[in-house]
Amino acid sequence: MTTLPTSTEKKLGLAIDLDTCVGCHACVVSCKEWNTSNYGTPLSDEDAYGAEPHGTFLNRVHSFEAQPESGCSQTIHFPKSCLHCDDAPCVTVCPTGASYKRSEDGIVLVNEDDCMGCGLCAWACPYGARELDQLSGVMKKCTLCVDRIYNENIPEQDREPACVRSCPAGARHFGDFADPDSNVSKLVGERGGIDLMPEMGTKPVNKYLPPRLKDAPSEARLPETNKDAKGFLAWLDKALEAI
Amino acid sequence: MHPAPSVILFTSLSGLGFGLLAWLGLGLPAVTGWVAFVFYFIGYALAAGGLMISAFHLANPKNAIKSFSQWRSSWLSREAVMAVISLLVIAVHAIGTIFFSTRLPAIGALGTILALGTVFTTSMIYTQLKSVPRWNTPLTPILFQLWSLGGGGLLAGQFTAAAVLLTILGAVQVIAWKQGDAKGATGQSTIETATGLGRIGKTRLLEPPHTGENYLLKEMAFTVGRKHALKLRIIALICAVVLPVALIVAFPATHALALPVIALHIVGLLAARWLFFAEAAHVQRLYYGM
Repeated sequence: MTTLPTSTEKKLGLAIDLDTCVGCHACVVSCKEWNTSNYGTPLSDEDAYGAEPHGTFLNRVHSFEAQPESGCSQTIHFPKSCLHCDDAPCVTVCPTGASYKRSEDGIVLVNEDDCMGCGLCAWACPYGARELDQLSGVMKKCTLCVDRIYNENIPEQDREPACVRSCPAGARHFGDFADPDSNVSKLVGERGGIDLMPEMGTKPVNKYLPPRLKDAPSEARLPETNKDAKGFLAWLDKALEAI
Repeated sequence: MHPAPSVILFTSLSGLGFGLLAWLGLGLPAVTGWVAFVFYFIGYALAAGGLMISAFHLANPKNAIKSFSQWRSSWLSREAVMAVISLLVIAVHAIGTIFFSTRLPAIGALGTILALGTVFTTSMIYTQLKSVPRWNTPLTPILFQLWSLGGGGLLAGQFTAAAVLLTILGAVQVIAWKQGDAKGATGQSTIETATGLGRIGKTRLLEPPHTGENYLLKEMAFTVGRKHALKLRIIALICAVVLPVALIVAFPATHALALPVIALHIVGLLAARWLFFAEAAHVQRLYYGM
C-alpha cells in the first residue's frame, strides 16, 4: 500500500557534513556504478559520448556560494539524494502501489514491477530526488543501497551505502536516526543538523550538518605586506621617486 | 512544469466530457432516442477518449491497470476508479433515455455527482502538490469544476446557465492568476531554505551538478513561452469567456451559435490549460539556481 507506516522501527539515513564535502563527485560515480548493476533496471545514459549527454543519477553534487554580511563568501559543495522522508509525499501519490516506505527501517523504495512511469512521485518530491529512467520507463531513486547494507556476501566494512563507502573526505555518515546513541544522532546533536525545506512538512530522515561559522571571517583583500620597504628596495623606491 | 500535450488534452477533454455528462444526468437537455445518443456519444468520446490520451504520457503503460489499486492514499488512483464508476453509472441512465425513452432521475443525479467527483479527483492530483505552490490552492478544484460545468453547459446547449458559469469562471481564473503571481514562483521556499545556508548569508548556485540536461530540468524547470504568458491569458479569457458570453447575450436561443461558441471556448480552454502547466514552477528548481 502507498499509505505511510505510522512509525518505523529504525530510521536509516545519512548525515551529510557540508563542512567536510570537497565536491569531488566520487559519491556520484560510485552510486551510479553500484546502482546501475544491482537493484532494478540499469541507470541509463543517453548520448553518453555525444554533444548532449544526459542520464539517470540517484545522487548529484551541487555547489553553492553563500555571502556573509562582511568578508569573503563561502563555497559549499552540496550532495543531494533521497532524504527518505518520514512524511514522504512521493509515496502517498503513487497510484499503482510501486512506491513504499518500509516499516522496518524507513527506507523509501520503488517496486519497479508495479511502476507505470507516470512521474507523479517525482512531481511530489520537493527535492528533485526521483528521476524517471528514459530507457526503462520506471522511476529510479536512492535505495540507501539496501542491497549492500544487509548483504552478508560482501565484507562487513562494505555494508554501508556506496556513497558513504567511497567518500574520501568522510563527509557522509550512515546510521539509525531512531537510536539517540547512534553515530548520526550524535553528529546531528553536536552540529545542529538541519532539515532541507522544513516548510514542505516532509520530515526528512537525512540531515545536513551546516558549515560551521568562521570564528575569524576572512577579508576579501590580503593585507599589503610590502608597504614599508627596507634596505636596497627602500633606496630604490626613494631614488625612483626623486627622478 | 512541462506542459505535455497528452496531459493538457486529457485534462481539457475529459473535463469537458464529464461536464457534459453531468448536465445530461440532470436531464438538461431532456433528450431521448437518437438525439440522446449523439449527446451521450460526445460525452463518452471526450471523457473516455481523454482518459485514453492520458495513458500516452506513461513511460511504462503495461502497469497502468495497477493504478486502480491505491485509492486509499492516491488521488491519481481515485481519479481512475471514479472515472470508471461514473462512466458505468451514467451508462445505465444513458441506456434508459436512448433505448427506452425513460429517464431514471435518481440514477441520473448520481451520475452527475460522480462525474463532478471525477473532475474533483483530477483537480486534486495537482492541488495536493505542496512542491508546486501555484497549484497548491483551493482555487484549483474550484476552477476545474467551473471549466468542466461551464464548457459542459455549452456542449449541453444550456447557454444561459453556461454564460453565468463562464462569467464566474473568468473572475475566479483572474483571481487565481493574480494569487499565483503574488505567491512567487516557489512560494515560501527559497534557495536559502532549500540548502539551509541562509544562516551564513545570501546564497547562489556556484556550479550546477552537471553541464547537460536531465529529467528533472526537462520535466520541472520549464521556462519556454512564459514571456507570452500575459498574451496567452488574454487570449484564454477572450476565447473561453468573453466572446462566448457576448454571443449568447447578443443572440439568445440561436442554436446555430453552438458550434462557433464551443470552438472558441475550446481554444481558450487549451490556452488556459497550457498556462496552468507552463506557468507552474516546482520548488526543486531552487537547487538549480532558478
